[in-house]
Amino acid sequence: MTGTILGAPEISRAITRIAHEIVERNNGAADVVLLGIPTRGLPLAYRLADALAGIDSAFSPAERTGSLDITMHRDDLHRQPTRAIGVTTLPAAGLDDATVVLVDDVFHTGRTIRAALDAISDLGRPRVVQLAVLVDRGHRELPIRADFVGKNIPTSRSERVDVRLAEIDGEDAVVLRQGEDA
Amino acid sequence: MRHLLTTAGMSREDAVHILDTAAQMAATQDREIRKLPTLRGKTVVNLFFEDSTRTRISFEAAAKRLSADVINFSAKGSSVSKGESLKDTALTLQAMGADAVVVRHWASGAAELLATSGWIHGSVVNAGDGTHQHPTQALLDAYTIRKHLVGGDANGAQADGKGLDGLRVAIVGDILHSRVAGSNGYLLNTLGAKVTVVAPPTLLPVGIAARPELEVFYTLDEALSAHEFDAIMMLRVQRERMTGAAFFPSPEEYTRMYGLDAARMKRLPEHAIIMHPGPMNRGLEISAEAADAANSVIVEQVANGVAVRMAALYLLLAGEEAAE
Repeated sequence: MTGTILGAPEISRAITRIAHEIVERNNGAADVVLLGIPTRGLPLAYRLADALAGIDSAFSPAERTGSLDITMHRDDLHRQPTRAIGVTTLPAAGLDDATVVLVDDVFHTGRTIRAALDAISDLGRPRVVQLAVLVDRGHRELPIRADFVGKNIPTSRSERVDVRLAEIDGEDAVVLRQGEDA
Repeated sequence: MRHLLTTAGMSREDAVHILDTAAQMAATQDREIRKLPTLRGKTVVNLFFEDSTRTRISFEAAAKRLSADVINFSAKGSSVSKGESLKDTALTLQAMGADAVVVRHWASGAAELLATSGWIHGSVVNAGDGTHQHPTQALLDAYTIRKHLVGGDANGAQADGKGLDGLRVAIVGDILHSRVAGSNGYLLNTLGAKVTVVAPPTLLPVGIAARPELEVFYTLDEALSAHEFDAIMMLRVQRERMTGAAFFPSPEEYTRMYGLDAARMKRLPEHAIIMHPGPMNRGLEISAEAADAANSVIVEQVANGVAVRMAALYLLLAGEEAAE
């Protein structure tokens, strides 16, 4: 099964639903801090922030959304060409005692999230860390799970999941493709 | 990037990439926990054949903040003082498994020799070779200038991806013996800045007037009348390299003609920054008033040096090329 799995309306509905789940799970969004993982986790975090603000007026998107670059915590740096380092911006209030929700586009091996958890522990001590992803494609290599999932997509390892977002790619879509080596 | 030896021939793209990486490294240094696991398991050797405080400490801090192991090797009190050659020292380091060698040497070209000889497999970073090049110093100077004068944001975040286009920088003093000037001349020019050098004729290298990208003045007052400088870089008078010849009649005269004092400071535009690679000879090339002025960024240069060296070590050691 290849082709476009999610279109713009489905992505939008998934974000709205995740926002509601975050509010429900945490009894409101007052302590929530959203951290997007660049590149495509970041615009998703901002969309999720807007959705949260629409549900709980105590949540201020501008003060509660940040970006968390995990490049320097990756475990595969020496296996790949040198990566450019992305931007990390934290909310002014910091992460201590906050409810941090990590936001990423595709949840795959879990290694990115492992790196993100390490990065967070260098930045502060949140009360709890949760994970929101737009797509869970399986094939975990570490004991990590997501708290909020937009859509589960069963894939084979050779397939590729491309998330395209209007802020970066000019359109909203999740596309499943056959990998080049398959 | 395999080695960092010189700024001559460095592409603008590479230079800007190093500065952008340095900006991200600097951001990590404001955190509660400043150590990153990025270079865990890598070994960096500081190989210093010449005295140095800030460059060695700066490289050591940079490597440690990235979790690399650091071995310091200084020629004093080592087998070099017993007559060991550079080659044998290098072979020893290779046997110890150095992933990167940061080398400072009194001979121009020592870093190049180390990198091209095949004696060691690790990356070589030139931390100053004789009167030739000192690339990380030039990069930290460029980073400091960009942070203050490009983009307008206090954190320099808006400056990402940009060069130093249109800025005018004066380099004043002992150009002849200065590897800092040697590296800055190329790098600032590559990044789009206009460079003016100011020095007595005796302290200029032969042939510098023939380099079209550099403008030369023989007194500081002439230069200050001719241009509005955005940054002025005072160089140390390197008395230890001035053996056997007289380069200027007296220190007093040098100060009178080339020293940055309060009166000359007032002739700089308000936004101009005052720089010095250190160590300073207060009262000789720079007055205490200028060194401690509000627009002096001399201490900040040291902090930026750690970020720039973290960036250099990251770009040299983190990727797969380093694993060969």
